[in-house]
Amino acid sequence: MSQTPCREMLDVLCPMHMTLDESGYITAAGPTARKICPEGLVGQSFLEMFEIKRPREIKTITMLCDNMGTKLTLRFRAAPRRQLKGVVMAGPGVGEMVVNLSFGISILEAVQEYDLTATDFAATDLTVEMLYLMEAKSAAMDASRQLNQRLQTARVQAEELALTDTLTGLRNRRAIDHALASLLSIQEPFALMHADLDYFKKVNDTLGHAMGDYVLQRVAKIMLEAVRKDDVVGRIGGDEFLILIRGSENRAILDRIAQRIIERLQVPIHLGDKVCEISGSIGIVLAGSYSKPTADQMLGDADVALYAAKNAGRGRHILFAPEMRRAPKIA
Amino acid sequence: MHGLINRGIQKFVTDSYGTAKWRVVMDRTGLGFTNFEAMLTYDDEVTPKVLAAVCDVLDRPYDDLLEDIGTYLVSHNNLEPLRRLLRFGGVTFVDFLHSLDDLRDRARLAVPDLDLPRIELTEESAERYSLRCYAPIRGWGHSFMGLLRAMADDYGALVYLEHTGFEAGCETLAISLLEPRFSVGRDFNLGARSA
Repeated sequence: MSQTPCREMLDVLCPMHMTLDESGYITAAGPTARKICPEGLVGQSFLEMFEIKRPREIKTITMLCDNMGTKLTLRFRAAPRRQLKGVVMAGPGVGEMVVNLSFGISILEAVQEYDLTATDFAATDLTVEMLYLMEAKSAAMDASRQLNQRLQTARVQAEELALTDTLTGLRNRRAIDHALASLLSIQEPFALMHADLDYFKKVNDTLGHAMGDYVLQRVAKIMLEAVRKDDVVGRIGGDEFLILIRGSENRAILDRIAQRIIERLQVPIHLGDKVCEISGSIGIVLAGSYSKPTADQMLGDADVALYAAKNAGRGRHILFAPEMRRAPKIA
Repeated sequence: MHGLINRGIQKFVTDSYGTAKWRVVMDRTGLGFTNFEAMLTYDDEVTPKVLAAVCDVLDRPYDDLLEDIGTYLVSHNNLEPLRRLLRFGGVTFVDFLHSLDDLRDRARLAVPDLDLPRIELTEESAERYSLRCYAPIRGWGHSFMGLLRAMADDYGALVYLEHTGFEAGCETLAISLLEPRFSVGRDFNLGARSA
């Protein structure tokens, strides 16, 4: 085959090729090869421009000649030392070699850096399809990620709602049962307070439900302010609350918390021109007083202690003691 | 119908007429929700319902509305990624026209459960083409007309498009290429990262 049609064929079939003479100097280059080496290729020594990384032993043109058909990993000696893939074969002329190059996996950066277009690749080259797929897949992935984020947010909100008392924002019965069970399972010391408002029914009956709701919200705030962030406060009935004080069974501390709650409950509450006065009674049990505490037993004993507090004149807190179980209850 | 289609209709209405109008549209459909998720699948009857409601609320004829949606999909900045994916179809507008035969497969490579209507391009001469579009919903041909018109602008080609009819689930468009390089068109860099 004469030189010119052969060169044209190579330009179209492998636009990123170079031809080398027997001493390794570049005699011609395809259009894309010329585009990525705008400083000029023809006349340069191939091995001075490119370092062959694999196979490692190729340091001379003779060795390159011995590796025809082998997959080569090479890189530009000049910065940014971009890596390329290549293969070398004997060319049409005597002693001539043809090297064909491609970018391999770093194609996207190369396309950006050299501003390559679809016409810089052979018509059969799948690079453009690959770039299409990369964009299409990342757009699809992005849409899926957004969907996942929205679903996650919705799930968190649904869970929040399902575990929250909507009037006060405190935990609901379900959430408290859950928290109590998990405290029992990790066998951490904790105290359970069962609080009941005194005189609250009268507020609802005489001042209306709006005032009643307002009072419950105030109570929730008082309780939350009296405990730490890790403690759990829940409303389990109309005016009944459960508080889980984590990590402490120190009586002095528990006394102080219960006392602070009751004192603040007794401060008159104003709403518009209405004012009401309530109080609270609290029964307390400690997980550490049982050899094997259970939720039912602790809740039952806290209830007993609460009624002992009511019996003793309301507006006070009492720590459960086993002998209270025999005492008569009053409502 | 795939959520991407419904989401596309939603984006067209919200980007062109505002979210308040879209809420009115969805209220009218009685579907009980406002937002379509691009990556979920919806019942087939949802899309015609939504399109009918959009026509009512915007007071637009059906065919015009679908053509506008097609134009929007290519020309609005918020949908730049889609324009880019279409431009991967070819270097020239004629290449792009020929790539439409593969559009379904290309879409499926990106989103496996996206089932776009089958379309067939016939080259009658170097300047005259016809595009047949087999779609379950009437009007796809009109949205393709809007899309092709916007893509011609994108490539800088001057074309004349005509919707030549609907029969047996197939709509036909006549495409006359008046001037392939009428203007410079819009940029397309192979390696540009779209936002």
